[in-house]
Amino acid sequence: MDAYLIPAVDGVAYGLLLFVVAAGLTLAFGVGDVLNLAHGTLFAFGAYAAAKVSDGSWGSLALAVLIGTATAAAGGALLSVLLVPLAGRGHLAQALLTFGVALVVGDLLVTVFGPDELPITVPASLDRPVDIAGHSYPGYRLAFIGVAALIAVALYVVVARTRAGSLVRATVDDRDMVATLGVDPFKVRTGVLAVGGALAGLAGALGAPIIGPGPRVADLVLLLSLVVVVLGGMGSIGGALIAAIAVGEIQTVGVTAQPTLAPFLMFGAMAVVLALRAGGLLKSRRVAT
Amino acid sequence: MSAFRRLAPFGFPALIVALVPMAWVLDEYATKTLTKILVVGLLAVSVALLTGVAGLPTLGQTAPYLVGAYTAATLVRHDVHIGVVQLLAAAGAGALFALVTAPLVVYARGVVVLMITLALGELTSTVAGRWKAVTNGTDGMLAFTSPAPLPGLVTLDTDRATYLYVLTVVAVLVGIVLLVLRSPAGAMLRAARDGETRMRASGHPVAGYLTVAYVAAGALAGAAGALLVTVERYVSPGAGGFDVAALVLLAVVIGGATSLVGALLGAGLVVATRDWLAGTDDRLAGHAPLILGGLFVICVYLLPRGLLGKRSAHE
Repeated sequence: MDAYLIPAVDGVAYGLLLFVVAAGLTLAFGVGDVLNLAHGTLFAFGAYAAAKVSDGSWGSLALAVLIGTATAAAGGALLSVLLVPLAGRGHLAQALLTFGVALVVGDLLVTVFGPDELPITVPASLDRPVDIAGHSYPGYRLAFIGVAALIAVALYVVVARTRAGSLVRATVDDRDMVATLGVDPFKVRTGVLAVGGALAGLAGALGAPIIGPGPRVADLVLLLSLVVVVLGGMGSIGGALIAAIAVGEIQTVGVTAQPTLAPFLMFGAMAVVLALRAGGLLKSRRVAT
Repeated sequence: MSAFRRLAPFGFPALIVALVPMAWVLDEYATKTLTKILVVGLLAVSVALLTGVAGLPTLGQTAPYLVGAYTAATLVRHDVHIGVVQLLAAAGAGALFALVTAPLVVYARGVVVLMITLALGELTSTVAGRWKAVTNGTDGMLAFTSPAPLPGLVTLDTDRATYLYVLTVVAVLVGIVLLVLRSPAGAMLRAARDGETRMRASGHPVAGYLTVAYVAAGALAGAAGALLVTVERYVSPGAGGFDVAALVLLAVVIGGATSLVGALLGAGLVVATRDWLAGTDDRLAGHAPLILGGLFVICVYLLPRGLLGKRSAHE
């Protein structure tokens, strides 16, 4: 059991990273029925920002986080604008557009940053192992777990306790009713896509040492967040958190314990959850139809 | 429109008849390209069957396609060199895969299906890359011996023979699907897409119909996988990657989603455009995703119903 302690802690870090990314995806889906297939690309913005800007000082890390978050937020807002001409064309057209944008931007990223995975420099004071129950563990990851947990709590508080959050939840529940209250659904959708993008960019900038920037990163992050969103139930933040930690543990403990079985475990988890509850772990009240 | 509708049933036979002489008209390279387009086209037909006819938009038909391709490659390595046997086995494996994954897909609707199938497709190519004992991992599997279509026939040693074999298989399989879709079974499927509530109310097991369609599409994709191995003599996880799923969905969307012939034409258009753009402009060489993505964006904005689509799959 002891051998699985480090992978288990890794799984928490991985899971929290996925949660921060998937939260934006699940909210955009719940609020606007927008399946944003460019979401992984927004994560890549943050990861590349970290690779290029962060040079081991705290200031550069802060700058990388700022750049990654801002560009990804702008990307999310831009997507919302691009979707405007498709109003009334159905959700498939929207998903296809984000898919096309993801392919184009993904190719441009490879052109600009090259086809190799880029190394990441973390601040020197975090670039050393710390001791957990007799095992050494990378300091950065431990710090990441703390920061990501803070982000998760902040996100929960904003969604559950603020006016903006209640507007978002109301839109997930009944979009037309919110529109009749005089709130422009386009503004809500743009806001959610921008904030979702910002979360993805933030996760990319902070999580680059865990899932590094490279040509495959956008696909990998999109796939894992899709699995998280499917497992957690569309539009559900709580479900996303549980599912993200579960996927994180499968990707770490599962891979350590059963290297060949791990991908099947993801299949299995998805199959079992969807078979038992068609809407995901914590089903949001309004299932997309 | 009515003239077009009267002529529509002849579109597919006319297309096949026009394609046969190409084996003698085109040079070796063009024949090979056309063969590859037909393989992608068959995969696109399986996607169109789900996306347009059954109303389940999918990015995951690369999964049964890979399953079929690995099945065929494994048979080749075990000295089974009969094309039809490879095809049937691959189609069966694709159908079995679909049957197992059907509960994940047939109860969902709309973009949720897109999401689940995307995950299925990506997970399958991941498994293909990791399960070294069966798939030889990311190195891929060589299947070098070319098959004979039926016992006693010559082996497909030339590009022309391979082309004619692939064309025959595509013609037979797509022909069968078109005939089935013209029968009451096809009407049931379209009715389930357009008026699910009414169908349920009148006692039709909609999920059952969709399962049949999904399994049939899996068999088609599996057969396309066997053809891929016959043409390329090689399969690797990349054959069922994200970009292939994207290319095929794009072909279907351009073709008009509801039209299987449109899917075949769309596949030709997309592959030809990609290869032509990448070939004429050095700066675009190696930028297939850029070209595909650009085509996607243009197509979504400018071609809401595709080339041959009668109505959009989702209003």
